[in-house]
Amino acid sequence: MQTNVKHTKEPLITITSRGRDSMPMKKAWGVRAIAIILAFILCAVVIVMVTGYNPLKVYAELFKGSFGSSRKIWNMLQELSMLLCISLAVTPAFKMKFWNIGAEGQTLMGGLAAAACMIYFGEKLPPIVFFPLMLVACVVAGLVWGIVPAYFKAKFNTNETLFTLMMNYVAVQLTSFCIVFWENPKDSNTVGVINRATQSGWLPELFGQKYLLNILIVALITVGMYIYLKYSKHGYEISVVGESENTARYVGINVKKVILRTMAISGALCGIAGLLLVSGTDHTINRDIVGGMGFTAIMVSWLAKFNPVVMSLTSFLIVFLERGAGEIATKFQLNESMSDILTGIILFFIIGCEFFIQYKVNFRKKNKEENV
Amino acid sequence: MKKVLSLLMVMVMVVASCFALTGCGNEAVSEDLMIGFIFLHDENSTYDKNFIDAALAAKEALGLSDEQVLMKTNIPETAECYEAAADLVDAGCDIVFADSFGHEDFIIQAAKEFPEVVFCHATGTKAHTEDLPNYYNAFASIYEGRYLVGYAAGLKLNEMIEAGKITADQAKMGYVGAYPYAEVKSGYTSFFLGARAACPSATMEVKFTNSWFDIAAEKETANALIADGCVLISQHADSEGAPKACEEAGVPNVAYNLDTRDWGPNTALISSKINWQPYFEHIITATAEGTAITQDFCGGLEEGVVMTLGLNDKVAAEGTEAKLEEIKAKLIAGEIKVFDTATFTVDGKALDSYMADVDSDAAFTGDTEVVADGYFHESEYRSAPYFDIDIDGITIK
Repeated sequence: MQTNVKHTKEPLITITSRGRDSMPMKKAWGVRAIAIILAFILCAVVIVMVTGYNPLKVYAELFKGSFGSSRKIWNMLQELSMLLCISLAVTPAFKMKFWNIGAEGQTLMGGLAAAACMIYFGEKLPPIVFFPLMLVACVVAGLVWGIVPAYFKAKFNTNETLFTLMMNYVAVQLTSFCIVFWENPKDSNTVGVINRATQSGWLPELFGQKYLLNILIVALITVGMYIYLKYSKHGYEISVVGESENTARYVGINVKKVILRTMAISGALCGIAGLLLVSGTDHTINRDIVGGMGFTAIMVSWLAKFNPVVMSLTSFLIVFLERGAGEIATKFQLNESMSDILTGIILFFIIGCEFFIQYKVNFRKKNKEENV
Repeated sequence: MKKVLSLLMVMVMVVASCFALTGCGNEAVSEDLMIGFIFLHDENSTYDKNFIDAALAAKEALGLSDEQVLMKTNIPETAECYEAAADLVDAGCDIVFADSFGHEDFIIQAAKEFPEVVFCHATGTKAHTEDLPNYYNAFASIYEGRYLVGYAAGLKLNEMIEAGKITADQAKMGYVGAYPYAEVKSGYTSFFLGARAACPSATMEVKFTNSWFDIAAEKETANALIADGCVLISQHADSEGAPKACEEAGVPNVAYNLDTRDWGPNTALISSKINWQPYFEHIITATAEGTAITQDFCGGLEEGVVMTLGLNDKVAAEGTEAKLEEIKAKLIAGEIKVFDTATFTVDGKALDSYMADVDSDAAFTGDTEVVADGYFHESEYRSAPYFDIDIDGITIK
């Protein structure tokens, strides 16, 4: 009986992958635009229901968070480039389907190396020696934190998700340990601003803009990563390993080598992000300096489907929402949880709409059924 | 495709600049004073909640409008703190206040850049050494408040001894500290001295969580202390961890920063706290009137900056309230000194000299003699605590 029903009646809704027959670009962007509009409408409903504020005013503040003044624009660009830098770092690993959730720790290690260089050599070495030294130290620190899990994965097939995650905790504890030695003033559990008076070991300002150098460096890395992934042999090998390790082996790719090499690049870039954070931005070190960006970066990378250029847009989106959320909390004296709810709704719609771009939802067609 | 994108970006920029312009418009209309607050966490941390509540109370008391008070929560101790301060200045704030120790360097950086704006920082130590005309520190003689609640704890121990629940030498208290630093050490030592003034056989065991806010660790540490035989717990950490552990175990708890009777209706004994409202009113009115702000403000019991609260009649020993009033009057009059060197010993010897690192320098050398006239002069040479001595009777684990 049941089988009969199945034969004569299609399910009400079937979901099929679009596969190669993908949605045209224009239509896909249309779907995304509709998703964002719907998200804002739902947010407006929530705002009115929960707070009673005029949602348009709230949205105006959301905008001001990133564009309210030239300082805010610079800060937004700075935060964007930091998030983008870490996102670029995790991208080769994720493209290879290596679940590197240790970017937080790899970046922190880079930052820790930068802080150590600034504290021990910042005032002793001339800048021309110091900056290359710091760069090498940060790259090595990040690289080691990335390559250790990769080595165990390649050699013993350990679970890289757990391994990279646990390496984060080790990095955090190591930072706490170093802070005990570096704390200034004593008994404060903070390192304070390193070389506050001399500013030695700080990345220099460009044209009077303290974050411009950071932004330019990350822009260069973005272009570099785009070329590396799209046009280099390495980039091709990464995608093949990501699609299927067996295929990669079949065509003669040394999978272990690719895993190690890719994680070394991933970790090294995280190390550079740590350098930019400590030497170029905060000039101090503490446990929270990466502030969860190592995890947010994963979302940025996946949302952009590993395309470094699109990633600058997705990281803009995340930073824009975060800054807007903070602005709303300040302006309306709301708890930041309220703005987190709004950010959550918007992200839900944006990520959700990708489903409709990837898959086709088919409703049962009545006419066809009657004919049968 | 690229055209559509660039068009979108252009539109975004145009809209944004419109908002920026209206922002300036508002600023010009309002001639009123504005104050901006920078908080490390939000109201989920009892430390920050204490500041936020005081800010709202001061706002109410001085009749400030919503537009005159801006609050930024969850600001880490990084360059973000400087950016938050600069952003508040851009928004038109005349006063910027930050509440966390690690904010200090970044607030000083902002103070140097914006000399026309007043910057105030709680718990910091550098105002008297930086000597900027627009940068101020503030703290309180909270050790007096701790002494008072310690006294209440001592009375409770006495009651337990008299009731036969414990013997005199079982009168061991437990203390959950954040870090082994001066602020915490000064706090638990004054608490202990208060308790021992009431109950001479009292001893204390201290454990550190190495975090200012860690609910699980504070709860675990409180439980470990209780398992170690502590019959009363107090804490200097910012979460509900220890009070809740005490409520579950039925052990009296002395809290900090807020009334914890909701978390422990049957065990919360009393709390001490710094009430920042008088300080906020001081900086706001002084700025409005153009009068001087105290460079290194240290409020005490008399001004109501240091206070006790949440005395729980269900838990406290009989007559606690009257006795505390009496001790408080004596502390204000200076008849009782909390760190009276006649009341404690260090390694079996009386303390007759101590060089404290008041002017923090890179080598942390002691620079100021702080023992004189028979007592340790806490918070007199600078507002932030500097008592960091381990005294006899307290075991640190």
